[in-house]
Amino acid sequence: MEFFLQQTFSGLAFGGVYACMALAVVMIYQATDHLNFAQGEMAMFSTYVAFTLLSVGIPYWWAFLLAMAISFVGGLLVERIIVRPVEGTSVLNEVIVFIGLLAIFNSLAGWIWDYTIKPFPSPFPKEPLFGNKFVGTHDLGVIGVTLVVLFAVFLFFRFTPIGLAMRAAAQDPASARLVGIRVGWMLALGWGLAAAIGAVAGIMVAPIVFLEPNMMGSILLYGFAGALLGGITNPAGAVVGGFMVGVLETLVGAYVPFIGSELKLSVALVLIIAVLVFRPSGLFGYVVVKRV
Amino acid sequence: MSAQSNAKLRDLAALASGAKLSGLQWSGIAAAILFGLLLPLLISDYRVFQFTLVLVYAMAVLGLNILTGFNGQFSLGHSAFYAIGAYTAAIMMDQFGIAYYWTIPAAGAVCLVAGFLFGLPALRLEGLYLALATFALSIATPQFLKYDHFEKWTGGVQGVVITKPDAPFGLKISQDDWLYYFTLVVLVILFFCAWNLLRGRTGRALKAIRDNPIAARAMGINTALYKSLTFGVSALYTGVAGALGAIAIQFVAPDSFTFFLSVAILVGMVIGGLGSIPGAIFGGIVIVFIPNVAEQISKAAAWAVYGGLLILFMYFMPLGIWGFIRMGYARLTRRRRAHP
Amino acid sequence: MALLEVSKLEAFYGQTQVLRGLDFGLEEGGITTILGANGAGKTTTLRALCGMVRTRGDIRFAGKTIAGSATETIVRHRIAHVPEGRGTFVRLSTEDNLRLGAYTRNDAQAVGEDLERVFQYFPRLKERRHQQAGTLSGGEQQMLAVGRALMMGPRLMLLDEPSFGLAPNLTEELFDILGAINKERKVSMLVVEQNASLALAIADHAYLLETGRIVISGTAKEIEQDETVRKAYLGY
Repeated sequence: MEFFLQQTFSGLAFGGVYACMALAVVMIYQATDHLNFAQGEMAMFSTYVAFTLLSVGIPYWWAFLLAMAISFVGGLLVERIIVRPVEGTSVLNEVIVFIGLLAIFNSLAGWIWDYTIKPFPSPFPKEPLFGNKFVGTHDLGVIGVTLVVLFAVFLFFRFTPIGLAMRAAAQDPASARLVGIRVGWMLALGWGLAAAIGAVAGIMVAPIVFLEPNMMGSILLYGFAGALLGGITNPAGAVVGGFMVGVLETLVGAYVPFIGSELKLSVALVLIIAVLVFRPSGLFGYVVVKRV
Repeated sequence: MSAQSNAKLRDLAALASGAKLSGLQWSGIAAAILFGLLLPLLISDYRVFQFTLVLVYAMAVLGLNILTGFNGQFSLGHSAFYAIGAYTAAIMMDQFGIAYYWTIPAAGAVCLVAGFLFGLPALRLEGLYLALATFALSIATPQFLKYDHFEKWTGGVQGVVITKPDAPFGLKISQDDWLYYFTLVVLVILFFCAWNLLRGRTGRALKAIRDNPIAARAMGINTALYKSLTFGVSALYTGVAGALGAIAIQFVAPDSFTFFLSVAILVGMVIGGLGSIPGAIFGGIVIVFIPNVAEQISKAAAWAVYGGLLILFMYFMPLGIWGFIRMGYARLTRRRRAHP
Repeated sequence: MALLEVSKLEAFYGQTQVLRGLDFGLEEGGITTILGANGAGKTTTLRALCGMVRTRGDIRFAGKTIAGSATETIVRHRIAHVPEGRGTFVRLSTEDNLRLGAYTRNDAQAVGEDLERVFQYFPRLKERRHQQAGTLSGGEQQMLAVGRALMMGPRLMLLDEPSFGLAPNLTEELFDILGAINKERKVSMLVVEQNASLALAIADHAYLLETGRIVISGTAKEIEQDETVRKAYLGY
């Protein structure tokens, strides 16, 4: 029982990270119908930026916020400058640009900061809270921080005029233009926000998996999987999906011993595909009815 | 309308749809084949090896193009079929001592079945979800190949070593040259078959399914059968490519067939020219040579340059290299016709 | 100076030309209707005014050229377009839809007053203010679309077949409200309609479109009373 609880909390911590990636991916997907494959590498790059800020002596939480701000601007610029020229052209053209971005961020990170694995500090104390045996403090901290960030994003979209405008622009760009919304800039804002959320994911997970250019690869995949499981049409669902995938992946890894780390991903994907065969729009998504 | 003008209209329509080739196009193909035949005489053995790989990847790209470009089914899993073809050839040659030329049709047959079987459940998935499923396939493949229980067949993590065949009938050409010609012959056969398949009713049915599946069904096209068969044929082409690639490289190992291979084939297809047969050759060139070019520009940040090149291609040649060539040609002829 | 002046307007979908040189205008405070059969180019005309299709020719609003600008820039001149299909944000609430209509405005208090006014014109919307817009009936969504346009505080409202898919009694009610809005809020209107009699009842001027050209223009009264026109073009 104790082992189960430990694994579950660990799974929830990873789940929080996956939930952030899932949300970032879904935000861009909702606005553009495309999955940004480079989201993970951008998050990794943001984490390196945070690392640099920390190494020049900036206190942790200031570095955290500054890294988020820099990522926001970076994401916005990437959309305006690099992605804009292919927006509206074919899906595959955009996919190739995303692959290009992926390669660029990954390689640049290795070039600027080299490929050695670096430890990344955690702001949370090492001793378990109240001496409990179930969950490490960092894991608890991850769950807490990701929940706070996700909640803040929810408030932003629900209760601010710009959040409303962004939702409108994502759902129906033509009608949004008719009320004067600058759809292009809403898209850029979406990218900026997604990048900032990705930064949170990277900074939270780096202490566990260590900082190196390839650290976000599988995390992005689990994020995708979570988004699809929860329903790519529903941001809240994607978040729940992310947490579910985190717990699922950790429990499978813990209780089914002959599955190595890569096969774990395959198993997770197969399970998700099985869900999608029965519920094509994910657990919480809605079906988009296409009229002929 | 006279019978003569009717026939003329039919000719024009056939030309436009690619069902018939103009005189210029036939001479272009003849020139390309001639160039291909003469190439080994002009370059070193290592370069011949590289161009053999260009032909191999061109076949893989054509395979993916049949599925994605012509039929609209998105696949990130073609590294799996490439691997199946490669391992089929390796196991046949290493374990059973079968001659290399039999491995090609065998790889094709195995992959045809494998692709068809994968295509069946894939019918329920579309777009994003199909991408996910094929992605899962390409992630699972190296794991499968490394699995202990299969080790006596697959050679496990170490893989299987293959001996390169000698030229037959005592011909005095190097192994690399012979393999190049062998691959070229297979390529020409496969490309011709693809052209034949795609220009007729089958091709139109595939494109109809891609552009408007509901309307296609309403017109009586058995979309389910076509889609699964297309998966099979697409896998066949990629599997044959895998077999030839394995023989060329003389080695198969699980980590050669990762998701990155799927991405490379996808990149080759889009930059070469989506939905085009000649584009596949450019796709092969892109896959083999662009990483080299990137490395030449910057050794330390090679993949960043590669990524930048990909993005630049998409800005300036959104229809791929072949699309770019076709548009350029169309513009030139329009100008010439306007100013006689 | 007329509020809207259009000269030699051509419009294209890709290579296909749909409008072949329109010349017309609209006075401030008036209601003008554009009539014509399906495919005549009525919807395209409204889309052209809002920069939603490729155009050639001149479009001036309150003396300023708006041809060639982006849609979101044009509407900031206080032009509200109620499009074909209503353009409601189906996954947002009724109230969110209305508030989005006021997106470009800065005067929060006046916006609040306008919201109340919209609810007075359309009490049914007030009942359903927190409901998802997609769950409203066709008639209610049409009212929502008009309400959202009103929330912009527009000088000119463009309406694309407001009667489409509505039951006759609802349509009459809607047109009465449109007439009221025009008089009370001083909103000029350009109404595209297939239901000619309804449109002519509230309009001052009318234009008849046929395959991309204006074939007849005049006051609404003239056109309504001209039997040949009615029989040949309007079907009654």
